[in-house]
Parts: sequence; C-alpha cells; structure tokens
Amino acid sequence: MSVQNEAGRQETVAPTASAPAIELRGISKAFGPVQANKDISISVAKGSIHGIIGENGAGKSTLMSILYGFYKADAGQILINGQEVNITDSQEAIAAGIGMVFQHFKLVENFTVLENVILGAEDGGLLKPSLAKARKLLKQLSDEYELSVDPDALIEDLSVGHQQRVEILKALYRQADILILDEPTGVLTPAEADHLFRILEGLKEQGKTIIMITHKLREIMEITDTVSVMRRGEMTATVKTADTSPEELAELMVGRKVLLRVDKKPASPGAPVIEIENLEVVDEQGVRRVKGIDLTVHQGEILGICGVAGNGQTELLEVLGGYMNGTGNILMNGQEIDLSGKHSNGQTRRARGISHVPEDRHDEGLILEFQAWENMVFGYHHAPEYQKNALLMDNAGIKEMTQKSMDKFDVRPPNPKLEAKSFSGGNQQKIVLAREIERNPDLLLIGQPTRGVDIGAIEFIHQQIVALRDEGKAILLVSVELDEIMSLSDRIVVMFDGQIMGERLPSETNEGELGLLMAGITDTGGAADKPAEKAQ
Amino acid sequence: MNKMPKWADAVLIPLISILLAFFFSGLVIWAIGKDPVVAIKTMVQGAFGSTSGISYTLYYATNFIFTGLAVAVAYHARLFNIGGEGQAMLGGLGVTLVCLAVPWPHWTLALPAAMIGGALFGAAWAFIPAWLQAKRGSHIVITTIMFNYIGAALLGYLLTKVLKVPGSMLTESARFPEGAHLPNFSEILAPFGINFSPNAPANMAFFVALLCTFLFWILIWKTRLGYEIRAYGQSETAAKYAGINPSRIVIIAMLISGGLAGLMAINNVMGEAERLIDNAVEGAGFIGIAVALMGRNHPIGILLAALLFGFLYQGGAELSFWESIPRELVVVIQALVIMFTGALDNMVRMPLEKLFVALGKNKKKEA
Repeated sequence: MSVQNEAGRQETVAPTASAPAIELRGISKAFGPVQANKDISISVAKGSIHGIIGENGAGKSTLMSILYGFYKADAGQILINGQEVNITDSQEAIAAGIGMVFQHFKLVENFTVLENVILGAEDGGLLKPSLAKARKLLKQLSDEYELSVDPDALIEDLSVGHQQRVEILKALYRQADILILDEPTGVLTPAEADHLFRILEGLKEQGKTIIMITHKLREIMEITDTVSVMRRGEMTATVKTADTSPEELAELMVGRKVLLRVDKKPASPGAPVIEIENLEVVDEQGVRRVKGIDLTVHQGEILGICGVAGNGQTELLEVLGGYMNGTGNILMNGQEIDLSGKHSNGQTRRARGISHVPEDRHDEGLILEFQAWENMVFGYHHAPEYQKNALLMDNAGIKEMTQKSMDKFDVRPPNPKLEAKSFSGGNQQKIVLAREIERNPDLLLIGQPTRGVDIGAIEFIHQQIVALRDEGKAILLVSVELDEIMSLSDRIVVMFDGQIMGERLPSETNEGELGLLMAGITDTGGAADKPAEKAQ
Repeated sequence: MNKMPKWADAVLIPLISILLAFFFSGLVIWAIGKDPVVAIKTMVQGAFGSTSGISYTLYYATNFIFTGLAVAVAYHARLFNIGGEGQAMLGGLGVTLVCLAVPWPHWTLALPAAMIGGALFGAAWAFIPAWLQAKRGSHIVITTIMFNYIGAALLGYLLTKVLKVPGSMLTESARFPEGAHLPNFSEILAPFGINFSPNAPANMAFFVALLCTFLFWILIWKTRLGYEIRAYGQSETAAKYAGINPSRIVIIAMLISGGLAGLMAINNVMGEAERLIDNAVEGAGFIGIAVALMGRNHPIGILLAALLFGFLYQGGAELSFWESIPRELVVVIQALVIMFTGALDNMVRMPLEKLFVALGKNKKKEA
C-alpha cells in the first residue's frame, strides 16, 4: 500500500484557476492559553476529495467546527466558491452548502429514516409534503449513488453503515455541495468502509466536494486527491496524495521518523496460561453477548481478537477482568477462576496474575480527576507495598514509584501530581499500561490499546506489548483496528455476534478474508478449520 | 497548564462572590427603605461585637461544620445526602437516650458516650436510604428527603407520648443530669483568665467539630477507604473495573455521613438545650448542603463556610431584632450568599480566568 514517490516531497498544491469550492485564509483560534488553530490556510478544488490528517489534538476538529459555525475563528477568512462568507451557526453553514457527517451520528433513534432526513428542514407545519419530497429524493439518490436505505426503517434497526448513509442523505437533502466527514470509518467494517468510499467517489463525480478527517493513513492513500497534514494546530503540509507515501505523512504528523510496522521476532509459545471453555455471557438486559466460546492463550504469544465493536469482545474482557459475570469454565494457570462474581472481582483477578488495560481508559482505566500517582495504584491500592500502616496509604512512596514508572514509560510531562485529564490520550494510555505491566502479570488483557493515541505513542505501546510477550507472558489483545491486529498478533481470532467465526495465522490471511469473517460471512465450514492448532 | 494560580481559585473567587452577594443584599435592604451600611454594621456588631455574639456565631458554626462535613463525605461518593436534617434529629434522640440513661458523674465520660449514641442513631437513619440505593436503586435524594419527614414525625410522637415529662405541658424530654453538662466557652476560658459571656451557647462540641474536620481530611485523602470513596464518586464504571464494590461504598459513605450529622446533637441538644426539644435542628441539615457546596467539599473550606453561615445566622438574628428588618429578608440575604458562592460560581470564574490568561500573556511578552 505504500506509494513511494521521491519526486513529490512536500509540494504544496497551488490554488486552481477557477475558484476553489472552499478556501480558508489565515484561520486562527485559541481556547484560553491553547492555540488550537494557528494561521491555517487551505484551498480545496471543486469536485475533489481532500483529506485532513493529524494526531488527536492537532486541531482538525476545531477547524471543521469553525467551518460549520460551532466556533468563531479569532482571525481569518472563509471563502466558498470564491465568495467570502461569515458562518456563525450551523444554519448558515447549511445555507452556504456545507454538510457535516459527525463521528457520532446525530440521529433520532426512534424516528424513521425519512423523518430524520427532514428533521429541521421541514417545509411547513404539516409533514406530509416534506416527507413525500424526501421520499422522491431518496429514491433518486439511491439510484444515482449506492446510497440505498429503506426510507421507512427506524434508525435503531439500521446498522452503523446504514446510519451513516442517512447522515449523508441528510446533508444532500439540504443541498450540500461540500461534504465534511469526521472520522467516517471509525465504526465500520472494512466492507462497509469500501462501500462508503464508493459512495464518496460517486458524489465526487457529480461535482460534490468532500473533506474527510481521519487519522488512518491507509484511507488517505486510498481515496483522497489531496491531503493536508496538521500538527499542533498548524498546517504542516498540503500535498497531492499521489505524490506522497504513508511514511512521509506519518513523519509530517509526528515531526519525526516513525516505524509503521511492528518489529518483532516470531513467537515461541509455551504452556497455556488461560484456557477458556464454553464461556457464556448474558448482560443486564438479558441479551446473550458471548455465546459459548473456547479460547486458549499461551505463554509468550499475543492472541488477537478482531471484530467490529459490539460483537462480544468487550464482555469477554470484562468477564476475564472480573467485573462482569458469566458461565463456563476458565482455568488460569491450571486452576479454575470464579465467574459468578461471588468470590471474585477486579482485585482477586489481579491477585491471580491477570492485568487488564481496559478498552475505555476514560471511563474505566483511569479516574480523570485523580492525579497520576493516584491512578498509578488504581485497582492495586490494597497491595501491601502501598500501605504506610494499617490505616494510611503510603502516598509519598506511591508518588516516588509513579515517578520511576513515568520515566520508564516515557510519560510526558513526567509529573505525578498532574491530573490524568491533563495528559494527552497517548500519555494517559501509557500511564494505564505502566500500571498494568509493572505488576508483572502472567496474562495481560488489553483492549483497544491505541484508540485515540497518537502515532508516536502507538509505536511505543506496541513495542511494550511485544516486549512483554518476549518475556514469556500471555497477551490477549482486542482491537477493532485490523492493521493493529494483523501486525501485533501471533494468532488471530475473529468474533462476530458473540461467537468465534474462525482462527487464522497473520501470515496466512489477509484483511479481505478477516473482513468477511468480521461481517459474519464464512465459506462452508470456514469457521471450523483452525490452522493455528499447530501453534501449540 | 494552569489557567489560574491556586490562591485565586481558593481565595479570590469566593471572596468576590461574597462581596457580590453582600452588594446585592445591600440593594435589597436599600429597596425596603433601610440603610445598608447600618445593616451591615449591626450584623457585624451582633456577630462579633461581644463575647455573647461570638459565642452564638461559633455555636451555629459548630452545627454547620457537622452537617457540612456530613454532606461532603457523601458528596465525595457522588451521593447527594439531603437527609442531614433528619439524621441530626435522630442523632438528638440518640444523645438524649444516652444522657438520660445513666446519672453521669462527669462530662468527660458523658461526652464520648453521647457521641457514640448520636453518631449511631444518625448513621442508622442514613442506613435505610443507603441500603435502598445500593441494593434497590431507589434514588438517595428522594429517600433521604422523605426520611427527614419521617424523622420529624417520629420525634414529634416520641416527644409528646414517650419522652415527655409526666405532668409537663412542654413537648420536650426531661433535663439531662448535671454530670452531662458540657463546659461552655465561659467555663473553658475562665482558667486562662478570659472573661466570656456565661449564658451563651458555644461549648466543648466546637472542639469536637474541629477534630472531626481534621479526621475528615485524613479519611478522604490519606486512607484506602477515602481513596475508594473518591474513586467511586468520580466514576462507578472505573470503580468496578478496579474491584471496588459499589454497594459497599454507598453504604459506608452514607453511614459516615449520617454519623457526622448525628454528631451535631452533642452541640445543640447536649451542649445548648440540655434536653431534647421539638425542631431542635432548625434547618442546620439543609444549611450543611450550602456549606459543603461553598466549601468545595474540602475541610478547610467547610470550616470557613460554616463560620460565614454562623455569622449570617447570628448577625441576621440581630438584624431582625434591632433594625426591624423582617426575618424573611435575612433569609433572602443567606440565599443570595448561597446563590453567588455556589450556583453562580462560573459567573465570577470565567472573567477571572480570562483576566489571568491575559496577564500571563503580557508577562510572557515582557520577558
């Protein structure tokens, strides 16, 4: 996928002769002392797809929010089709022909597709004429592009891919010529993402201009015509996609050379650490989330579980982590562990040698209002070495330990007294990782290790996981990022609808095959064969 | 990246808020045709101008320290305990039963026993809502508020039917024995040669309140239990992840909270009235909410806020007495203080933050 082209380094794209669809000149925006956007200028040609890439906190979302009228820029101009516009709220943005598809959809769940499409753009007091008009338009759009959605379906019954199409239809119904998509593929399967890209290509051919915000280099390379890179509020480069490579873009994003591939030796798996047999999990609503799965993770191997979010992976981690109940048999180092919650919780699991980096570090892994040192013992706060006496915790000792861990894991800034919320996503994750790895577990559960983490930190986190594996520890990795699963895992298991669809070795599979399994599609008996059996 | 220096956050903002509250109170007093300057002088004179005034101010403050700490403990676990009023009432019952049970020889024996009685009864009254919240999901705000009414009704019944002295017309318990009398400030300070008004209510309980303030600080920031309470308060999902049992934290935090509210009774029942009377709590349980809010759930803040409200109570009483400003208007002034210090915090905070950011930028430019 790497398009190497030495000739086109950092060539900025000159504005085309005809007025660009959208042009920003010298946009600046500060939030208090934080300069979120610094003197940003871009120009996007009509009928093109422009990517904006950058790490978390680089200012991408702020820029788009300014464009959509959520924030007012401190300085700078916005020109649409060569005309300067003053956008102070989203109504004006829509009037100027801008449509936005947010990362988190803004749909009314218990309304139909049609009702959502006309919501806020009704023609009059009575809904019938608007609904009829929208139905006609939807029919037309679904014929022109691959935008088919059942107009009478309720949103809550649609898949995320279809919900996203409704968002796009909403924008088109409002006659948007410029479509902005914020991290559009975050929740999609690879097949759904491909479908989305076909829709975008179709829209482009019809003369629509598309701006796509993402942090995934692969997508930028695949679909955009031009790409702008943002770093720390500044636009560091705008280049033609054909003239650049993922490596170069990564370097522009981070400001230094980055290793995109994980550097690791082949695994040498040892004895089984955890053996899961016929695990069933039913959630509080009575829904079966995990439907009788069998898994084994050995010493010195990384077992990667891939799948679209919400297919039982979260519940699997939570049961193993000790804070959700399940049924079945689990042996940890040959001894049974309690799944009923009667004799177990997060702390007893930790005592058994299971460390857990949870999927959601904001809601689970960290207490954002706590300082770094308080977070560094979270879940281990009963450990004897952190107590001063029977009554008091050894706060001074914990701070000292935190300082060492922060230095070792390169947490920046290395200040134990800073609240967790003040760290960037990558550094927050390093705090969680330091806490869990430094306890020297036999099994590390790790969910979405690099979600919302900047590229520079991803490299470091991946290295730490591989280093732990090389020490002979067992690692159960859950991630929705196929790239991450492919490059980190020694064995891959695909989960769909609470079941295991198949097991593959990374060297013997590809993203296409995994993508199909993730969507629940198996060729006859595909799930049954387990080529990785020989790994034992 | 601190937007504001810490001192500004801790001192400047509350100070400006209070000044704003007094300014608007002044407007209200002016609007009914009285002189605001005279009014504020009367309040300050009434609250701090005499040893008797100071004693009343401290007496009220003691009540508010207990109830403020009670609200704050629960709040650290993100539980809104509105039931301080009822828990303090029941604490009064516990103190009364202890004081009347034994012919106490000396207050040093009576006080610890009464503290246990008050705390136990207050905690027991908080336990039922806590259990309902933890095990049944009944919202603690609703249940604690209801338990205030149940508590008042229960005490009303006991005072008219059970605890009342036979033959007396008053709905109050018998007087406590002489040995259960807590030394007041006049008696405490006399050995040091300081003359203090002998008939004023501030007593030994004030020092118990100070001790509780210190223990509160230890509990919340130095112990495992405090750590778990704060962790649960910040995020229940994270607490579960860490293996902290949510029901256990809810119940323990509420027991401590109810216990602190119940302890208030050693001040108003044992220290002042020396018998249980109807409506002895006088709304202190509710003022505790304002005190905790204003004190940002920090012991030092609660101490200062309790003193401020002690001043408002005592000064306000003097105001209605000497200046014929109606009692209701004094409540308006208290409400303005609560509004400006608690609810309108951001109104002061936002411009100040901007100011400090601007100042910071200028400094950088000069450098």
